[in-house]
Amino acid sequence: MPAPQASRASKAPQSQKSPSSSSAAPAAPPTVKPTDFASDQDVRWCPGCGDYAILNQMRKVLAAMGARREKTVFVSGIGCSSRFPYYMNTYGFHSIHGRAPAVATGVKLANPELDVWIVTGDGDGLSIGGNHLLHFLRRNVGAKVLLFNNRIYGLTKGQYSPTSEEGKKTKSSPMGSLELPLTPLSFALSAEASFAARAVDVDRNLGDVLQQAAEHRGSAFVEIYQDCNVFNHKAFDYATDKNARLENVLYLEHGKPLIFGAESEKGIRLNGARKPEVVSLKDGYKEDDLLFHDQTDESLAFLLSRLSHEQGFPEPMGVFYRMADDCYEQLLEKEIEQAITTRGRGDLQSLFSEANTYEIR
Amino acid sequence: MPERKEKINTQQLRSAVVRFAGDSGDGMQLAGTQFTDTSAVVGNDVATLPDYPAEIRAPAGTVAGVSGFQINFAAADIHTPGDEVDALVAMNPAAFKAHIDDVRARGIVIVNEDEFTKVNLRKAGYSDGYTPLDDERYTQRYKITPVPMTRLNSEALADSGLGNKEIGRCRNMYALGLIYWLFDRPLETTIGYIQDYFGSRKKLPQVAEANIGALKAGYFFGETAELFPVRFHIDRAPVEPGRYRKLTGNEAIAMGAITAATLSGKRLVYCSYPITPASDILHYLAGLRHHGVRTFQAEDEIAAVCAAIGAAFAGQLGVTGTSGPGLALKSEAINLAVMTELPLVVVNVQRGGPSTGLPTKTEQSDLLQAMFGRNGDSPVVLLAPRSPGDCFDSMIEACRIAMQHMVPVVLLSDGYLANGAEPWRIPDAEAIEPIEVVHPSNGDRFLPYQRDENFVRPWAVPGTPGFEHRIGGIEKQHLTGNVSYDDDNHQRMTELRLKKVEKVADAIPDLEPVGAPSGELLVVGWGGTYGAILTAVERAHEAGKSVGFIHLRHLNPMPRNLNQILRRYRKVLVPELNTGQLRLLLRARFLIDARGLNKIQGKPFLVEELQQAIDLMLSGGWGDHEWLAPYHHQVAVPSESQKS
Ligand code: SF4
Repeated sequence: MPAPQASRASKAPQSQKSPSSSSAAPAAPPTVKPTDFASDQDVRWCPGCGDYAILNQMRKVLAAMGARREKTVFVSGIGCSSRFPYYMNTYGFHSIHGRAPAVATGVKLANPELDVWIVTGDGDGLSIGGNHLLHFLRRNVGAKVLLFNNRIYGLTKGQYSPTSEEGKKTKSSPMGSLELPLTPLSFALSAEASFAARAVDVDRNLGDVLQQAAEHRGSAFVEIYQDCNVFNHKAFDYATDKNARLENVLYLEHGKPLIFGAESEKGIRLNGARKPEVVSLKDGYKEDDLLFHDQTDESLAFLLSRLSHEQGFPEPMGVFYRMADDCYEQLLEKEIEQAITTRGRGDLQSLFSEANTYEIR
Repeated sequence: MPERKEKINTQQLRSAVVRFAGDSGDGMQLAGTQFTDTSAVVGNDVATLPDYPAEIRAPAGTVAGVSGFQINFAAADIHTPGDEVDALVAMNPAAFKAHIDDVRARGIVIVNEDEFTKVNLRKAGYSDGYTPLDDERYTQRYKITPVPMTRLNSEALADSGLGNKEIGRCRNMYALGLIYWLFDRPLETTIGYIQDYFGSRKKLPQVAEANIGALKAGYFFGETAELFPVRFHIDRAPVEPGRYRKLTGNEAIAMGAITAATLSGKRLVYCSYPITPASDILHYLAGLRHHGVRTFQAEDEIAAVCAAIGAAFAGQLGVTGTSGPGLALKSEAINLAVMTELPLVVVNVQRGGPSTGLPTKTEQSDLLQAMFGRNGDSPVVLLAPRSPGDCFDSMIEACRIAMQHMVPVVLLSDGYLANGAEPWRIPDAEAIEPIEVVHPSNGDRFLPYQRDENFVRPWAVPGTPGFEHRIGGIEKQHLTGNVSYDDDNHQRMTELRLKKVEKVADAIPDLEPVGAPSGELLVVGWGGTYGAILTAVERAHEAGKSVGFIHLRHLNPMPRNLNQILRRYRKVLVPELNTGQLRLLLRARFLIDARGLNKIQGKPFLVEELQQAIDLMLSGGWGDHEWLAPYHHQVAVPSESQKS
């Protein structure tokens, strides 16, 4: 557990794992414009949908990173968010409901060189596809997951989703949903995600989060609060409203104290019962009393993922957790190389004869 | 090899069927496999039928826990593991009870009499005070030879330095040694196996010694005990010269997949979830990383097929393997491959259904599931191998069709083929035809759904500049592949997908009937029943009966001349290990009055059952029944309601 006083010194930025060397070197001069990533298809989301902002940020980030269109693959499932690949002028696969992580795994197994992005939603990724997402993260397949969380089923016209709040009245829950919502980041961290982050569709830090995800070596999980302005408008008002926003979200910075508020006057500390609480720096608390963010600390990341607006906490944005580790497909390639080194490259004739053989004359 | 006592006569046989049966922990599968290897090495033709319980360790000593392994070995060409058992080895009362009825009259039954204790007899379900070894019904019908194997084995290994339990585990080798003596087989192959497995690989030289000791002790016992007045010898079969190995269907599919990948210059990405009886394909391929094989044990059946589709999208050979219940789970994803027109190979090793059904038993009841079990009009190519060795060729063909025609192909193997083994002449790798696969890499305007003369769309691969495109499960617009909800386009695309599959028939060779080229009766088979049907039809034909036989490897599309052949005979019989799935297709498609012999007992056909059915069809004794079934060696009406 992070103890604010004890370990602060060691939380200096040098302990941060530097972003792994990525195929898309950020230093390279951008050779493409965001519009180069736009396909010839008309974007068909509802006017005002949060998906537009995410699409624009994605195109910008890829352009800024100098990503190669032919090496980039978007894989999605089913739902509004899953139309995303049609609007990117890269390779794209709009697959079936919930299965994008499995399809993407196959893409990476076949060609580890490709930069693969998975676009999913709260229903697609956490309901029908929960099992795939879980195992995809656990394996650390080197693809990036963008989970557009709008806390509702949009494409099927407004049923409660696995992230809808308890008591939510929808067409399929006229008396209010009986189900506790899932917290996507808690799920991802429990599934051993090696990178977990959160951003808001219309927030400028989305681009930064996307870039950090792109640069992460293993599987990256990014939850994006997304406004479905038809079926669940203003679900994240508290996180986007000009006036309220700064009171309700907290931008995570590695090695920095957890501070938020319009005047950066509030922070989060662990109280005597080792529970998080909001304190005001105006009430005599100092920065040193606060929790410091450490992207390498899983327990802290989980604790941060539990902070919710409903319980009076600001919701953290940015990178919660990051652990550089070998990706699944790279490990598999290594195994193959190793097998070839020890056994020699297999050829068909010896394959056929790898058993008790005998000659009949 | 010990000197042979000359007073024991050796009788020449053309073929024999041996079955080893014991508790699932008794090592019967190993004994059977070793007997098969040895018989193959001496040049016999062999066919095997392993039979094991679904539970890993069903309660010891019970009938449910009995594991068996049957081998037919011959000095002639054979196609089945044999109808009746000539020699049964029963390691305990439960094994005796479970298998005795399959032994032919005057057949040899060797029992481990030490295990016929009160307790074991009760576990096998025999009433107190009764032992079948004293029952005249058995002693008069069979040559029952009780051997105190437990005791003799322990005595032989008294100085082995092993504990009682480990000594007990060598009993299967003792029994095998005795059978080796009875059928005049050499011990070298098995000794070599034991030395390699226990000695070199497991580093247990003492255990290796003990197993070899038990094997030899069993052999010498046969030699000296004079239990049998004759021993038997089966000459090598007149098979084509060459280098051979023994091959099971699952091994053959795995090798076929690697071969197809190599021939097409692709990486094999094999994605699967553990399921009986298909798991061995995954195990086998996982051990072949040095061939560049990427295996992926997915979290479920759906993920497995989706990963294979992802691999295909990325330009490699994506294969998934499963069995019936798994095929059901994969349906939706197979349709994604239908819609996106990607190459996908689905290996379905059929087992008894429905639901969990009979996981370790064979059946052919997934034909209609594979053909139709998806939403929408969803044509796929269906192939079925006919023998363990043919699994190799069929798998290569499945991969070739998938990649060259951009279509999902389902290969319908079954539990019998998967675990059964036969001698396989090792092919010359250089002589296998390469698989040509084209990926577009230049051209002006790329249209992902522009088709060639076979209605096949281009396979453009991520990583290729200028060919970026998007595909998915929503209906595609002709040529562009864009999302389209247009009514005419949907009609057109549905027809194109169908035509594309039908076009595969261009490369399917015409069928040539075995036996009578036209006449009274045509028998139509598919899949793993080939050997039994062929044997039955050959016998009928040799006896002068007007019977022909065709076997369908290509179930969708079917060979072009099938219709014409069906009309050359007055009657058509379709034997299947289901209630008539191919029969339904043939009736619907060709408007013929096909009749069925349908066995749903988790076991392959006996030749005798097919012969009876053929005779009934020829004699008019069949009546107007749409189908009949074999019950305890008697073909009969399933129920009155089946009259057509
Ligand atoms: S339904 Fe909601 S999520 Fe879907 S496109 Fe419209 S606004 Fe966006």
